[in-house]
Amino acid sequence: MSGATFDIAASDTTLEGKAPAGPLAEKWSKHKFDLKLVNPANKRRYRVIVVGSGLAGAAAASSLAELGYNVDCFCFQDSPRRAHSIAAQGGINAAKNYQNDGDSIYRLFYDTIKGGDFRAREANVHRLAECSVDIIDHCTALGVPFAREYGGQLANRSFGGAQVSRTFYARGQTGQQLLLGAYSSLSRMIEAGRVKMHARTEMLDVVLVSGHAKGIVTRDLVSGEIKSWAADAVVLATGGYGNVFYLSTNAQGCNVTATYRAYKRGAAFANPCFTQIHPTCIPVHGDQQSKLTLMSESLRNDGRIWVPKAKSETRAPGQIPEADRDYYLERRYPSFGNLVPRDIASRAAKAVCDEGRGVGPGGLGVYLDFAKAISEKGKRDIEGKYGNLFDMYAKITAEDPYTTPMRIYPAVHYTMGGLWVDYNLMSNVPGLFVLGEANFSDHGANRLGASALMQGLSDGYFVIPYTIGGYLAGEKPGKATIEDAAFGDVVATVKSRTHKLLSIQGRKSPRQFHKALGQIMWERCGMARNAAGLVKAVDDIRALRAEFWENVKVLGEGNSINTSLEMAGRVADFLEFGEMMCIDAWHRNESCGGHFREEFQTEEGEAKRDDDTFAYVAAWMYRGDGKVPSLAKETLAFENVKLSQRSYK
Amino acid sequence: MSSQKSMNLTLQVWRQKSKRDAGGFTTYQAKGISPDQSFLEMLDVVNEELIAKGEDPIAFDHDCREGICGMCSLYINGAPHGGFPGTTTCQLHMRHFKDGDEITIEPWRAKPFPVLKDLIVDRTSFDRLVQAGGYVSVNTGGAPDANAVPIPKKEADLAMDAASCIGCGACVAACPNASAMLFVSAKISQLRHLPQGEAERKKRALNMLTRADKEGFGACRNHFECEAACPKDIPRRVMAEAYRDFIEASALREE
Ligand SMILES: Cc1cc2nc3c(=O)[nH]c(=O)nc-3n(C[C@H](O)[C@H](O)[C@H](O)COP(=O)(O)OP(=O)(O)OC[C@H]3O[C@@H](n4cnc5c(N)ncnc54)[C@H](O)[C@@H]3O)c2cc1C
Ligand code: FES
Repeated sequence: MSGATFDIAASDTTLEGKAPAGPLAEKWSKHKFDLKLVNPANKRRYRVIVVGSGLAGAAAASSLAELGYNVDCFCFQDSPRRAHSIAAQGGINAAKNYQNDGDSIYRLFYDTIKGGDFRAREANVHRLAECSVDIIDHCTALGVPFAREYGGQLANRSFGGAQVSRTFYARGQTGQQLLLGAYSSLSRMIEAGRVKMHARTEMLDVVLVSGHAKGIVTRDLVSGEIKSWAADAVVLATGGYGNVFYLSTNAQGCNVTATYRAYKRGAAFANPCFTQIHPTCIPVHGDQQSKLTLMSESLRNDGRIWVPKAKSETRAPGQIPEADRDYYLERRYPSFGNLVPRDIASRAAKAVCDEGRGVGPGGLGVYLDFAKAISEKGKRDIEGKYGNLFDMYAKITAEDPYTTPMRIYPAVHYTMGGLWVDYNLMSNVPGLFVLGEANFSDHGANRLGASALMQGLSDGYFVIPYTIGGYLAGEKPGKATIEDAAFGDVVATVKSRTHKLLSIQGRKSPRQFHKALGQIMWERCGMARNAAGLVKAVDDIRALRAEFWENVKVLGEGNSINTSLEMAGRVADFLEFGEMMCIDAWHRNESCGGHFREEFQTEEGEAKRDDDTFAYVAAWMYRGDGKVPSLAKETLAFENVKLSQRSYK
Repeated sequence: MSSQKSMNLTLQVWRQKSKRDAGGFTTYQAKGISPDQSFLEMLDVVNEELIAKGEDPIAFDHDCREGICGMCSLYINGAPHGGFPGTTTCQLHMRHFKDGDEITIEPWRAKPFPVLKDLIVDRTSFDRLVQAGGYVSVNTGGAPDANAVPIPKKEADLAMDAASCIGCGACVAACPNASAMLFVSAKISQLRHLPQGEAERKKRALNMLTRADKEGFGACRNHFECEAACPKDIPRRVMAEAYRDFIEASALREE
């Protein structure tokens, strides 16, 4: 093991979660009552900036506008309807207990806390479970065509980490339908003149006035214009940073820029190393590949995962008799079987491939087999549930999953880490709220399937409309204007950075740097990590970053559409952010959820937590470029659940 | 996995600096393309080479690269998304081409979708069609229990078929009149098959179709090129449904 260490200073910022006192189930109702209100006539005097139009952003922007606030909403795509949320396939959880199978708000709360390996804040998670119920009602009212049973009632399926059926879905396009629902409300508010939508506009910085977030600076991706926007509060709903790994299931544009720039202005970044590697994705096919495609977790309802028992196996999957197959999840985890949480399923896949029993090119794959389900339930049933996923698989691989088992392998999918927020979803910078995947709040060290859509919509529809009032009620409207000196300063910084990127004129494209970073991150900060590897990763990232600022080649001008310039800016932020992720992973001397440190595992190879030392949120504070950030800790108090070793056996 | 070897292709690509520029075709060579690459990954390779040579890379829209966000476009060899059934450009794999092929790549061509640069067009007119009424007017909070009104599976399925639209604009690009009838009707159809959409059914059709006129989309003359071009197989029956609502609404308005 390398002797190198990072000198981590304790931050002098204290982070207060502000979870209200009182019994768990009453906290949110009580808090809503206690929050100060902005009276209806006054709301239109306030302006709120919402960056992002995914589930979290679109839900927030439309709901705030319905309440009477003026909203400016931003996204980098050509339309708010294209936010990455659109790609979610499998479903959304809600504690409706329509199946009468013993679900409840408390059970959803408990499953989420346990699934997150006891690294999330209890009060937030309970509120999430409470709001889940309203989400389904509201989305249905908006005309979201959820799947139905023949009697006309809503249908459910099961997802990993739960023994009840609580996942609502719209074929394999749940995210699309939920997003289009939120987009329709947003469109209604745009028509009403209460939301101004700014598409193809990228936020490049936050502006603080007297310590409060009062605006942003953006670049118009068509004209290149750098512009200031002032408001009474800023909401970031800018999604996750999985693309730090280059290859992930995320859309191409997903980035860390908005949250990272906010971090550089003083917002704490929590648990950046908590990333989710999804067990069922289509394996990598070549080095020109630009993204990985998820095969929804819902497939594990009917698909069985296996590899050959023998390393030397050469037969086609259909030729391998039952006796020579290892259904390793069913074997190792008899009570949850194929439906164990994602982190466990991913590590198990890696383990069998490391043993040399993987299938397909390079031995990096396992089978996901539907033969049994098709023979028991019929092809039509399977087609009805997963038809579009099967089609997508066939298009990409040119193989027919109805007759040949799918080959799948884990891939980077979701990031639990994000900007630190309190119970009100406000960061430590007053007036800066963070929603959806961009915050760290509800999923601890591992997110359960179908819970991100739930969180994004809960944050946007049901939490921020209340909590933002609590902040605004204490603020005089229109305090900041873009004439304030603070805006001019930030604009100057943004302009000089853009200019710098265009003037280097080196020899390597932004994509080459991104790929190189991705490789470092995947190898050393991916499914398994160790201290020496992480130290090495930081060295490599620093060298790569230095090279970037000497040798990146961005052609063209700043005053028109310039896709290389956009990419370069995002990669530059990833190159700093990746280092912080590795430091976070290095400092957390335990394994929990998606964070697996090889030094800390049980004899059976399961993650070994250290609750005495690490039952806290690690929130990193910026101290200057190239400096190791300082660490603020929010201790997690568990008043309702007992911390235990997760067991899915 | 395909066993084909890598291939070399000749591309005729539409290059246009800005909205005002006239634009024209430029020829490029795409070398060493693997059949497992997607069409956009092939363009990535070409762009990397252009950057290395100091030439402006080809600008095109894309994001999810899995056929759901509707951001990618491209007229490939005279057909939107290349004309393969149920396939968006980002999901089109190079195994459908062979070594030595010549491929023509153009942007969507329709008046309501002006070219911004190269292969990127402005589709904000689609957003404005939805703003005209593609929603159920309900505020957040206070919705009844989702199971309070049963919806027959058949109706829910019909709604879902229409709701699959990804808003890419292939239908408009394919239509000789640049009509947005399929796009608008998909939304109208989705909501008319659900009880939640009933209250605003007629008004919605009237407002959305009137807005389509205003935005410069042409009238539907039943060519059905849109249906053939749609990567999500939105069926033509949605247009008949929307038309019915529109007629009812217009009749009411005249009374
Ligand atoms: C393939 C896939 C399948 C999934 N399936 C499921 C599922 O079945 N169930 C589930 O619960 N979860 C699922 N997830 C996770 C879930 O989809 C996401 O976590 C969630 O949708 C994120 O929503 P969001 O609103 O936080 O962010 P996003 O939807 O990512 O939206 C981010 C928004 O921010 C904007 N933005 C970002 N940066 C900037 C900037 N600098 N300036 C301006 N705008 C910016 C973007 O334009 C966009 O509008 C899936 C994820 C993937 C990748
Ligand atoms: S890039 Fe999203 S549909 Fe093609």
